[in-house]
Amino acid sequence: MTNSIASRIADFLSDFPPFSLLEKSQLELIATEIKVMYFEQGQTIFSRDESVHDYFYIVQKGAVDLQKIDNNQEPETIDKCDEGDVFGLRPLFAKENYQINAITDEESVIYAIPLNIFKPYAISNPHVGNFLMESFASNTRNPYSNEHRGKLISDEEDISLKKEALFELQPIPIIKKMVTVSPETSIQKSAILMSNKKVGSVIVVEDEKPVGIVTDVDFRELVATGKLPIQHPISEVMKTPVICYSKNLTIAQAQLTMMKHNINHICITKDGTPNTQVKGIVSEHDIILSQGNNPAVLMKAINRAGSTKKLKRIRNKVMILLNGYIRSNIPLTHISNIIFELNDATIKRTIERCIEKMDTPLPAKFAWMSLGSQGRKEQLLNTDQDNALVFEDVPEEKLEETRAYFLKLATKVTKRLNIIGYEFCPAEMMARNPKYCLSLSEWKDQFSEWVTTSGNDEILLCQIFFDFDISYGEVKLTNSISDHIFDILKGNRNFLNKLAAQALRNPSPLGFFRQFLVEQDGEKKDLFDIKKRGIMPLTDAARLLILEHRVKNISNTSERFEKLAQLEPNNKEIYQACAYSSRALIKFRTKQGLRHKDNGRFINLEDLGKEDKIKLKRCFKSIKEIQELIKIRFETTYYL
Amino acid sequence: MIMKWFKKNRVDEELPYFWQNYAKSFEEKIPEKISDIRFTVFDTETTGFDYEEDRILSIGAVRVEHQSIEISDNFEVFLKQIKFNPETVKIHGIIQNEKFEKISELEALKRFLSYIQNSVLVAHHAGFDIKMLNKALKRNSLPKLKNKVLDTSILYKKTRIVTNLIDRDKVYTLDEIAEAYNIELTDRHTASGDAYITALIFMKLLGKIVKSEKSTLRHLQKSH
Repeated sequence: MTNSIASRIADFLSDFPPFSLLEKSQLELIATEIKVMYFEQGQTIFSRDESVHDYFYIVQKGAVDLQKIDNNQEPETIDKCDEGDVFGLRPLFAKENYQINAITDEESVIYAIPLNIFKPYAISNPHVGNFLMESFASNTRNPYSNEHRGKLISDEEDISLKKEALFELQPIPIIKKMVTVSPETSIQKSAILMSNKKVGSVIVVEDEKPVGIVTDVDFRELVATGKLPIQHPISEVMKTPVICYSKNLTIAQAQLTMMKHNINHICITKDGTPNTQVKGIVSEHDIILSQGNNPAVLMKAINRAGSTKKLKRIRNKVMILLNGYIRSNIPLTHISNIIFELNDATIKRTIERCIEKMDTPLPAKFAWMSLGSQGRKEQLLNTDQDNALVFEDVPEEKLEETRAYFLKLATKVTKRLNIIGYEFCPAEMMARNPKYCLSLSEWKDQFSEWVTTSGNDEILLCQIFFDFDISYGEVKLTNSISDHIFDILKGNRNFLNKLAAQALRNPSPLGFFRQFLVEQDGEKKDLFDIKKRGIMPLTDAARLLILEHRVKNISNTSERFEKLAQLEPNNKEIYQACAYSSRALIKFRTKQGLRHKDNGRFINLEDLGKEDKIKLKRCFKSIKEIQELIKIRFETTYYL
Repeated sequence: MIMKWFKKNRVDEELPYFWQNYAKSFEEKIPEKISDIRFTVFDTETTGFDYEEDRILSIGAVRVEHQSIEISDNFEVFLKQIKFNPETVKIHGIIQNEKFEKISELEALKRFLSYIQNSVLVAHHAGFDIKMLNKALKRNSLPKLKNKVLDTSILYKKTRIVTNLIDRDKVYTLDEIAEAYNIELTDRHTASGDAYITALIFMKLLGKIVKSEKSTLRHLQKSH
C-alpha cells in the first residue's frame, strides 16, 4: 500500500535535525509509524512526575513551553520549542519519570515519534545520538542560556533572553554576517555592498587577514564631506590597525575595549591578532541587541527580519517586553506608544517583504490602512487584524487589473500577519476582501453611501472605518479620505444622532445593585465582557464627540478625551475621567490577556480582587456619566 | 412489524460475510465522550460528479482518535476502472494503468467497510462522497452505509461569526479553509492527501466547537 501522507511527513522531518542526518528511505520508514497529534493552546503534552511516554516529540506547527517547577511549586518556563524543535527526549536516555512539564503555548500540531522505531538510528548513527544528547541537555537546563537549541550549527543572530546577572560574563555574540572587501575596492562599491547587506561596517582584508575597517561614521566624515571622491579605493578611508580579539572575548571585555579605544566594532580573528583569518565582527549594537529586552533593538530586528518566522519570533519577544512593562507599572500611554510602534513596524516590514515578492512592480500608489484598535493605537495584545487598502485612481479599463494586483498583495500580507500572530478578522474586514480593496474615488463613494444610507450595518462599518490609521504607503490617499469624511459629515446632524444612539447601545455595565453585568448565555456565560461593556462604550463616545468637533488625526480614545477636555472646559472633569478610564480598562484587559494567553476580553469575576473590582467600578461610573452627556446632547430617542 | 423485522434479518443473512461483520460492529455503542470516539476522515476521488455515470477512482482515509492521527493506520485504495473519463485525469493525476496496485470495486468496498467499522465518518462536502459510496454499494447489491456522518464544510460554517457582513450561504472549499487555518496544501487531489488535510481541519474544528468535557456527538450533529 502506498502512503503519500507519510512521504509528506518525511519531507517535513528532513529539514530538521536529527532527522536531517538520516537517509530519505529511513525517514520514509519512520514517517509511516508517526502519530500526528493536535493540541489546543494551554494543553498538557506531558507533566512532571508522569511516567515517560513511548514517544518523543517534534513540533510541526505552533509552540510548546517546557516548564520546570521551582521551589515554590510555581512553573517557570525554561525553554520554548517552535517549529522543528524536538522535546520529550528523556525516555531515550533514562527510564525515570519526566522532570518537566510540556504545555502548548499556542494551538499546535505535534508529531510523536515512537521510541522503538527511532532508537536503532540513535544508536547506530553517532551524529544522531550526539545531537539528541545535546538537545536533551539543553531542554532541561535553563534554556534561554543556550541558543544552539534545535540546531547543530547556529550562525544566525538571535536575540536571547539571558539572565541579567550572567550576561556580562557570557561570550560575545559573534555576528558572522560581515562584509569584507579588498583594499582596491572603490568606496562606492563598498558602500553599495554595505547597504545591500544592511550592515554598518566593512572589513578590508588581504589574504583573509584584516588590514582595516570602515564604518558608517567614516563615510560621513571622509566621503560625504567631499574630502574624497567615491571612485577612490576603500583603503584611503579605512581605519587601521583593526582592533582584534579571539572569539572567547566576554561581553564585559568587549564593552571595555570599545570604550577604551572609542570604537564600536571589534574584529574577531582566529587567534585574536590581525595576522590570522577574520572570523566575524562584533558591534556595540549587537551587544545591546543580545540583551533582547530593549524596544530599539527589537525595532531594528524587525526592520532587518528576512522571514515571517523571524518576525513571529520577534513578536514573542515583544510580548515578553509588554509583560515586563505591565508588571513594572509603567504608564499605559508610554506602553501603548512603544507597542504600537513595534506592531506598526511589523506590519510595515511584512508589507515591504510582500511587495518584493510580487512578480511585477506596483501598478499604482497605494496605502495600507489599519482599522479598529491598531488604528486607534490601542492594540497591545495580538488581536484580530482589521485592515483595508486604498489605491490611487486609475483609468477605468485598468481598474480591475489594478485591484486584482492589490488583492493578491493583500492576500500575501494578511496570510503572513496571521502566521506572525494576528488572527484573521472573523468578519473578513481585511484588505484581501474585494469590498475593502478600493480605489480612492471608490472609497469616497463608499463612505458617502454608508453615511447617507445609515442602517445598523452601515453605522457599524463607519465605526470601524472612521478609526483608520495609515500603516504603509501614500499619506495623500488617506488624508484625502479623511477630508472627504469631514465634508460629507458637515451639517449631517442626523448621522451624528444615529452614531450617538449606537454609542449608547451598551449601557454602563453596573446593574441596579451595583453588581457587574455578565454575559447571560452562550459559551461565555457568566463572564464579564470587558471589551463590549467597558472599552467599546468609551471608544464610541470619544469618536462621536470628536467627529462633532471636527477634529482630525486623533484616533486614540484617551487622546481624544484629553482633546475634548481642552475644547469644552466646562465638561473637563468628565472627559478627563473618561481618558483615565479608557487607559485603565485597556491596561486591565492587557493584564488579563497576558495572564491567560488570550485576547483578555472575557474576565472571570471570581478571579478579581476587591481592589480591582473597585477600580473597575470607578471606570464604569465615567461610562455612565459620558453616556448621560451624549443622551442630552444628541437626539437619540428616535433610534433607541 | 415482526414480519418486517424477520425479513430484514433474513436479507442480512443473505449478504456476504464481510457485510455482516460490518453490520455487527454497530452493536457496540459509540462512546459518550467526543475524545473517545473513533472518527474516520475520508475522501474519494471520482471520474466526475454524476452519481449514475461516474465511478470512484480511489478512496483515502485516516483515523482520528483522541485528537491524534496514527499514520501507520491510514487507508488508501485505487480502483480498477472499466469506464474512463479523460477529463478528470487532469485534476487527479490518477492515470489508468499507473503503477499502483488496483483492485475491483467490490474488493475496495470490502476493505473500506472493514476499515471504518462503526466509526463516525467525516468528509468535506460529505454528502457527495457518501452518495458515491452508496451507489457503488448498490451496484454490488449491498445496502447503504450505516455510519453517522459529519461534514467539515458545515462544521466550519458554524465556527464563523454571525454577521451580515459575510455571506452566510457561502460554500467553503477545502482550499479556503486550509488557507484560513494555515495548513499547507501539498498532495491536493489525491484521496489520502485530501483526507489528511481534512483530518487536520477536523481536529481544529473539534477544538473550536467542543468547548466543554460534556459535549457529545449530538452536539456536533446539531451543528449541521
